[in-house]
Amino acid sequence: MSTRPGTMAAHGGGGSEAAELHEQRALGFWLYLMSDAIIFALLFMTYGIMAGNTDGGPTGKSLFDLSNAAYETALLLVSSMTFGFASLAARDGNRGAVLGWLVLTFVLGAGFVFLEVREFVGMIGAGAGPDRSGFLSAFFTLVGTHGVHVSTGLVWILIMMGQVTVKGLTLPVTSRLFRLGLFWHFLDIAWVGIFSVVYLPGLM
Amino acid sequence: MESHGTRANYIVGFVLAVVLTAIPFALVATQSLSRTQTVLVIAAAAVLQILVHLRFFLHMSLSRSARENLLAVAFTAVLIFLMVGGSIWVMLDLHLRMAL
Repeated sequence: MSTRPGTMAAHGGGGSEAAELHEQRALGFWLYLMSDAIIFALLFMTYGIMAGNTDGGPTGKSLFDLSNAAYETALLLVSSMTFGFASLAARDGNRGAVLGWLVLTFVLGAGFVFLEVREFVGMIGAGAGPDRSGFLSAFFTLVGTHGVHVSTGLVWILIMMGQVTVKGLTLPVTSRLFRLGLFWHFLDIAWVGIFSVVYLPGLM
Repeated sequence: MESHGTRANYIVGFVLAVVLTAIPFALVATQSLSRTQTVLVIAAAAVLQILVHLRFFLHMSLSRSARENLLAVAFTAVLIFLMVGGSIWVMLDLHLRMAL
């Protein structure tokens, strides 16, 4: 929020209707993120209610792996910072740097999805699929919804890499890049909730 | 949308997030505190880390529409409080009655 006065000055200088339009789109995207936050909050609540209903089956303690959760957390957190650097490079008009940081963000995000899919496949193979108990249904719904979001973000990163390459850092492209940044940082916040509500308490 | 903060901003946020992640993970790995204490530390670290992300990564400011953004966040918080709080209330009550 400390950046606000500078931002106002920047807009005063540009003063264009195009900038106004993209600001409105940013607000619209923010409203979408808030509705997504409600979805995640309700999935967290469902998990909280169902966490103890293991039906005599496997529990979090026997299924979860602390180091796997730590690696996933590290990948997503570093990718949040590399996306921040991509945003800064876009502001400075450095196309090559934007592409470099986006590639790095994509690789880190893909690593996260890989670890998650490997965990899911291992659990289902061990007979701990979403149909085993209420606990596991809630687990797969919550963590899987987050994973689908990250995968969608990866596709969006690919699309933006294409747009930055073909169209360059025009106002519409940087404004889309900015909204993708909101999405990506938001997913990292949701993950903080997942390791704090699912993995760490499950492994205590 | 020009408010991306600075490089230092992102690095400070990242370091704070790493510390607030390492503490609860280390506590669970070493099991050095009691269950209740560990849960409290995990919850506190999560809330702090979410605030760090909102401040240093999302910047929580979109220039002129900053006030609308905050309004949307506040309204969302009310909705989440009503739906999550109400559901947990109902389920706990049901749980207690089932035990009677």
